[in-house]
Amino acid sequence: MDKFQTFTSTALPLNIENIDTDQIIPARFLKATDRKDFGNNLFRDWRFEEDGSKKAFVLNQAHEANILIAGNNFGCGSSREHAAWALYDYGFRVIISSFFADIFRGNALNNGLLPLQVSEAQLSNLFKIIEENPTTQFTVDLEKETLSSNAFLEDISFEIDPYKKMCLLNGYSDLDFLLLKKEQIEQFALSRF
Amino acid sequence: MKKTLFDKIWDAHVVETINGDHQILYIDKHFIHEVTSPQAFDELERKGIPIANIASIVATADHNVPTVNQHLPIQEQLSRLQVDKLIENCKKHDIELYGLGHPYQGIVHVIGPELGITQPGMTIVCGDSHTSTHGAFGNIAFGIGTSQVTQVLATQALLLTKPKTMRITVNGQLKNNVFPKDVILYLLMHLGTNAGTGYFIEYAGSVFKEMSMEGRMTVCNMSIEMGARGGLIAPDETTFTYLQGREFAPKGEEFNMKCQQWSKLFSDQDAIFDKAYEFEASDISPMLTYGTNPGMGIKINEVIPKIKNTSDEKALNYMGLQAGQQLLNKAIDYVFIGSCTNARIEDFRIAANYIKGKTKAKNVEVWIVPGSQQVAQQIKEEQIDAVFEAANIPIRQAGCSACLGMNEDKIPAGKYCVSTSNRNFEGRQGKGARTILASPLTAAAAAIEGKIIDVSQLN
Ligand code: SF4
Repeated sequence: MDKFQTFTSTALPLNIENIDTDQIIPARFLKATDRKDFGNNLFRDWRFEEDGSKKAFVLNQAHEANILIAGNNFGCGSSREHAAWALYDYGFRVIISSFFADIFRGNALNNGLLPLQVSEAQLSNLFKIIEENPTTQFTVDLEKETLSSNAFLEDISFEIDPYKKMCLLNGYSDLDFLLLKKEQIEQFALSRF
Repeated sequence: MKKTLFDKIWDAHVVETINGDHQILYIDKHFIHEVTSPQAFDELERKGIPIANIASIVATADHNVPTVNQHLPIQEQLSRLQVDKLIENCKKHDIELYGLGHPYQGIVHVIGPELGITQPGMTIVCGDSHTSTHGAFGNIAFGIGTSQVTQVLATQALLLTKPKTMRITVNGQLKNNVFPKDVILYLLMHLGTNAGTGYFIEYAGSVFKEMSMEGRMTVCNMSIEMGARGGLIAPDETTFTYLQGREFAPKGEEFNMKCQQWSKLFSDQDAIFDKAYEFEASDISPMLTYGTNPGMGIKINEVIPKIKNTSDEKALNYMGLQAGQQLLNKAIDYVFIGSCTNARIEDFRIAANYIKGKTKAKNVEVWIVPGSQQVAQQIKEEQIDAVFEAANIPIRQAGCSACLGMNEDKIPAGKYCVSTSNRNFEGRQGKGARTILASPLTAAAAAIEGKIIDVSQLN
């Protein structure tokens, strides 16, 4: 996993609630046996027509955004980690929403993608800001747990589990941690049977 | 201290608590399938990590498999590669695989319970969100992502924060022709698709007490649609009777001993739940969904509610429906009876019971897909297949099929499908497909009538 670093970029707005993982990456693209190139098929059916031509969809604009701002309850539905891989591969490092589905949140964190939760009011304000000026720059500082921008006076502070923060900043995964505990887990198993 | 059922099972599996809220949870059973496992095996191989407990793993091929001519090689190349990869990984690591052609093959959440692998008190995971199904037996079962599949393969444990507990109580008598599927769609209509996020749900009350194991599985299956990690129901005589004699269930004296242990698995009186809801069975009707998430449901004779926001508008546009419209009498194009929600023997009995002596409507294509080879076998034994065939409805072979359309079974764009599956998301059953979720009876009736009819009016 790559280390999460502070960055500044524009953000793309996706003002739709309950975006499920079937939209993020439709099932027919889950047939790969590796983790490569899922970004091509991110929001596939929202981005492309049947014949492969592009629809008028926000992700089809030319941009360099590393931030996606999405409506409430992002990532519900299937447990497919491919959704997190696709978002990351496409170039997103942060998803901002007022609510994330459980499994998606975990999958994102396990892949260096930060689910940044803000309040409903903050979220609608962010949508408004981008609507007024799509080139607004935002800075995500994980160390300080802030989202800042020239478009608002006071930084938005967000919360993240301290362990998960440490993992993101250092590029560690749960697997690294659990492997350190392997002996203890084995002992536990023996004590149960 | 008073404990909930969930607390009892969870706490018994905690290896260590770290910094107060992170816990290492020991995992008893790990189901794997072809879609979410290949990258996990890859990572282990790359890092040279061995598998911790091979005996805890059971594999099957379900998501990608064709539902006709399963004896032939899989036509679609990518699907074949994924299934082949699973075979290869299982062979390499000596993992039990119920692949195509095996009499135990089927949808992972159908075969675990029917083989008696799924038992009360366990922790069970699978790289699939509908792992919540297994909770019907009074265990902690939940879906995980591929990174977590890797963690369980490597260490037999997961690092988690303990979810909160919710209890949903439904008491009273269900009305005629109201099925477990209607109960869960009703709960979803009231509570929405994220009421359960961060929670594990315990279903309590007389309705679940009196429900068959198949019905309990249908309900627990769709806990995830409420956003919950899982749902569970305290094991009782119904559970024990179901398990007795199943292939991998304990036998003889051991079974009796286990039943005694399992009988202790219930929420203590006065145990505190973080959230609790209560509903009246008599208020539940046969249900339908009209939108693009399972919470967008109505009682079968109600009209589609008003549009509240752009998401609702988008959903109705996609569905080709309008607020204020009824779904009753709506002509439909496809019927799918299958999936880990409703593809057990009981579901086909319900459908066959209605279909008997009738013929399929000409305007409808009907796909009957048993959840497993064993269900298919039982359909034959009970001569339910003859009922379907007489109605001009062939029975397909076991797999996930049109539930997510990863194989050839896709609903064409713009077509309406009454489906017994669990998700009506955009494109879930095929690009542009319009899904109406319902019970097996409503689906069977639609297959015969060619339109949606009010099954509560049937005898
Ligand atoms: S039947 Fe549908 S929901 Fe169930 S495991 Fe298969 S794809 Fe998933």
